[in-house]
Amino acid sequence: MKTFGGPAILLDRNDINTDEIIPAKYLTEITKISLKPHLLEDLLLNDKPFDSHSTKMEEAKVVITRANFGCGSSREHAVWAFEVNDINVVIAESFARIFRQNMFNCGILAIQLSSDDIDAFFTMSGDISISVDMDNEKVTALSTDSSQNTVECSFLLNEYDKNLVSAGGWLAYAEKNY
Amino acid sequence: MGQTIAQKIFSSHLRDKPTPENMVLDLDAVLCHEITTPIAIMDLVEKGMDRVFDPSKIKAVIDHVTPAKDSKTAAQGKIMRDWATRHAIKDFFDVGANGVCHALFPEKGFIRPGYTVIMGDSHTCTHGAFGAFAAGVGTTDLEVGILKGVCTFRTPVSMKVTITGKLQTGVVAKDVILAIIKKLTVNGATDRVIEFTGPLVDSMNMSSRMTLCNMAVEAGATSGICLPDRTTAEYLWPFIKAEYTTIDDAVKDFSKWHSDTDAEYIEVIEMDISDLSPQVTYGYKPDHVKDIADMEGTPVDQIYIGSCTNGRIEDLRESAAILNGKKLAAGVRGIVTPATPLIYSQALEEGIIKIFMDAGFCVLNPTCGACLGMSSGVLAENEVCASTTNRNFNGRMGKGGMVHLMSPASAAAAAITGSITDPRKHLQ
Ligand code: SF4
Repeated sequence: MKTFGGPAILLDRNDINTDEIIPAKYLTEITKISLKPHLLEDLLLNDKPFDSHSTKMEEAKVVITRANFGCGSSREHAVWAFEVNDINVVIAESFARIFRQNMFNCGILAIQLSSDDIDAFFTMSGDISISVDMDNEKVTALSTDSSQNTVECSFLLNEYDKNLVSAGGWLAYAEKNY
Repeated sequence: MGQTIAQKIFSSHLRDKPTPENMVLDLDAVLCHEITTPIAIMDLVEKGMDRVFDPSKIKAVIDHVTPAKDSKTAAQGKIMRDWATRHAIKDFFDVGANGVCHALFPEKGFIRPGYTVIMGDSHTCTHGAFGAFAAGVGTTDLEVGILKGVCTFRTPVSMKVTITGKLQTGVVAKDVILAIIKKLTVNGATDRVIEFTGPLVDSMNMSSRMTLCNMAVEAGATSGICLPDRTTAEYLWPFIKAEYTTIDDAVKDFSKWHSDTDAEYIEVIEMDISDLSPQVTYGYKPDHVKDIADMEGTPVDQIYIGSCTNGRIEDLRESAAILNGKKLAAGVRGIVTPATPLIYSQALEEGIIKIFMDAGFCVLNPTCGACLGMSSGVLAENEVCASTTNRNFNGRMGKGGMVHLMSPASAAAAAITGSITDPRKHLQ
């Protein structure tokens, strides 16, 4: 099974939609890797364009964000755009159904936490790094600055979603079971 | 305890229940278009799994960018075309016979009450208008659907939206659904099925019900659904008459899917729409909705009439009633795309195409076109479009563009004045 975690990038906004994650004009691409440079390129945070090519973004393995992440279109390209950028965990207050389902179908993690837990991540000092303990359903965030603060939160993963992750996704799971 | 229509459909299609919260369903229809399907096909080919579970249950169309605009979209079309030939998928619709998926497939009679339907497209919820469970999915779900004919969903949770009252002249289904989304917000129905009921829904034709269900996903819903009744049976009659002796029989049979009176809902909302005025979006989210009076006078550069929300013949008639004998305001571009070839030819016969052309509109072939900003009317930075589509996300119709969602009548009124206008002032 994959291991999950690493440096996190924080996207402080509700309702980030799939058009912002990967604009429709790239839907003519027929390979996943070609989506790589375009992840989040149309995102606005505080009404300002987000720098989708910063070093922090390049290093990120985890996204932390607010409510209703991934709303809008069904395009799995949104999930692939994260995957090809080595981001295999999205932590949010809530997800749009199709996006969440697409994440688990690809064998990667969409973790839902309470708004208080998410707030705690957003108020940590410096950059943060995330580790995910799948067996014990725990996420730990570590401030990488001198404070070395940590915040630990529990999450719930449905047994079926867990099985999709261990199988490496829905196609492999379905091939085995149906 | 009684069951909702969604629960009845789920239990009748249950293949497996891996956990109490997840149900694996057998599928009656797997719908495909050229944006999300080619990657699924290529992945199956690459994995040596290039099979289809049942070619008669797969329906495919090229609709988003058609005819192809460049080599990449041509390649997407070709992958679909070759795949359809290879697997003898009979219901494949290509240039000349193609149209917007969620308008075309119902028109062909492919969607029936009680069906389970998936497509790699979020507006698949449109087909719930027929009393089917129809949901948008990603490419992996589509891939498994193609290969095995199954899909997993969470055990359904339904909310009921009961719509009462009588619509004022010039106010239509699009205004109703915009008002509902405003009330629910963009994630007010996440992980739920919205059951649209009440006297207003009962009195709606299939086109209006499709407009309602089409935008259920804009409130986050897994699907919208209407109870199948006489209107449904009459619409489907040409396709089902071999199965039933009379329409009454069909109506009676369809009623087996109706939610039981003691079915449980997580939430019940009642809306009286008697005072509803035309609605329009003002921002980048579909719940950014205002009364048209509050947006009156906002200048627009382009009018776009079409899409799976409002590209049907009823919608075109509604626009044409306002455009008849009028011209586009100076400096405003008008684009209309009848959603299917059948709608196009009906509009020709009824003189509607001529009304649009005389007004100065560009009449496109059936396609999604500018709805998702891929072709046929993409906006330039800072341009504004009055649109009958369903999504106003930032960049949706072109980077830096603004889309105001509204009814076909409101879009036509904006066309002749050049700014957002209450269509009731221009009803002839
Ligand atoms: S018309 Fe627009 S919303 Fe409908 S299927 Fe096409 S792109 Fe999607």
